[in-house]
Amino acid sequence: MFDFLSDYDILGAFWTTVQLALLSAVGSLIWGTLLAAMRVGPVPLMRGFGTAYVNIVRNIPLTVIILFASLGLYQTLGVSLGADRSDTANFRLAVLGLIVYTSAFVCEALRSGINTVPVGQAEAARAIGLSFSQVLRLVVLPQAFRSAVGPLTNVLIALTKNTTVAAAIGVAEAALLMKEMIENEAQLLLISAIFAFGFVCLTLPTGLILGWVGKKVAVKR
Amino acid sequence: MSSVLYDAQGPRAKRRNVLLTIAFLAAFAAVLWWVYSTLKEKGQLEWVLWEPFFTSSEPWSTYIWPGLQNTLKAAGLAVIIAMPLGAVFGIARLSDHAWIRVPAGVVVEFFRAIPVLILMIFGLALFAEYTNVSSDDRPLYAVVTGLVLYNASVLAEIVRAGILSLPKGQSEAAMAVGLRKGQVMRLILLPQAVTAMLPAIVSQLVVIVKDTALGGAVLTYSELLASANTMSGYYGANVLASFTVVAVIFIALNFALTSFASWLERRLRQAKKSTGAVVGVDDLATGNTQTGGGAGT
Repeated sequence: MFDFLSDYDILGAFWTTVQLALLSAVGSLIWGTLLAAMRVGPVPLMRGFGTAYVNIVRNIPLTVIILFASLGLYQTLGVSLGADRSDTANFRLAVLGLIVYTSAFVCEALRSGINTVPVGQAEAARAIGLSFSQVLRLVVLPQAFRSAVGPLTNVLIALTKNTTVAAAIGVAEAALLMKEMIENEAQLLLISAIFAFGFVCLTLPTGLILGWVGKKVAVKR
Repeated sequence: MSSVLYDAQGPRAKRRNVLLTIAFLAAFAAVLWWVYSTLKEKGQLEWVLWEPFFTSSEPWSTYIWPGLQNTLKAAGLAVIIAMPLGAVFGIARLSDHAWIRVPAGVVVEFFRAIPVLILMIFGLALFAEYTNVSSDDRPLYAVVTGLVLYNASVLAEIVRAGILSLPKGQSEAAMAVGLRKGQVMRLILLPQAVTAMLPAIVSQLVVIVKDTALGGAVLTYSELLASANTMSGYYGANVLASFTVVAVIFIALNFALTSFASWLERRLRQAKKSTGAVVGVDDLATGNTQTGGGAGT
């Protein structure tokens, strides 16, 4: 009953899923933080850009973004992000699409974290003569990050699940392998159970561990 | 304009802001120029590629409108089935009896931990193998199954949060006047919770509409995104133009829903008659809820 499993590289597919998730998590954390800084900053133009970006990107399906990255950017415009083979190019484009999409949610999570920092903190920081970037870097963001662990965990879990969308452009991750296996083997329930279990293993511990971390680092007020 | 992070600006800060604005504009213009020149170089700005959308109604009536109808059909069906199911599971999770509470909790947590695409692929194979649903209808069934399983569990969490957000005195007072548990839930808690969770439900609709696009890309369901694909084939590989039009429609539709949800939330928070309990758009929505992960304030 289980012998057909050795024909497929299930762990390899999940490894691709993990790689997609981790690379896009790092990328969207950086870009999302920059967006959040723009959205709370003193320059009206940058605030407008940040708001527009978040409102537009949050309302497009991720599938449209990722499919566009492959069909539009790669096949039509020839943007391959320095990859010479089409499967590496699709992997990188999937990461790019996930970063573009997820950073909008990271930005909103951070902004909700910034809102939990008491006004007095920023006022005191300004009173001793710190500039905007110093207030943000030294006083507000460190506290905002600590109280944003919960929302950021949700974003990370959603991101892990969203990596399956990369199957739409043929990146060899878990959902694509599942589809292939179901088409070739007559073991629907077993195969589905394996992949469901794989994702439960990826997402539930993330939520539990980071939930514990979030409680640990939260600023007690 | 009143932010706590910076003071009213003096002459130096104003000068610096102007400089930053100019630098940002320059960088933005550089990106735009790069996009424009790449598009031009690849011949993507030819009027022929964009013309069908502006001069004739054919792409709208043949591709976009049927696609949009299918998107709305899948999303609508999913909502109609998932809402009662979610309500049942949400209430079951609050039960006094462990043998109801625990299984309901396991089901909800399980389906929330799994990507909706995995559920859709499973649904497609399930209908092919065990039912006699015709192969034309199977993608719709699969998309709706995936959406229902996932969103019912998210809605269950919203229902639970809505009930928990009510002041404790509400159920205490109801029990004090002698109502039974079922009556407390039916007459006192649920009617108030429904109002409290409306904004979160509306913004969950955005997630459902967005997820239908998966059916088009992976399961050959002919919704809006899939129609963009066939359309660009028909009109001579105008991939960029077709995708832009479809993306704009998605943004308009979802932006309307998002704005409505936050308007509703503001309104409910100000309403004098309610208990003041509101499950916010950002607390639970966006399809990535996790127990204990409320967004604060």
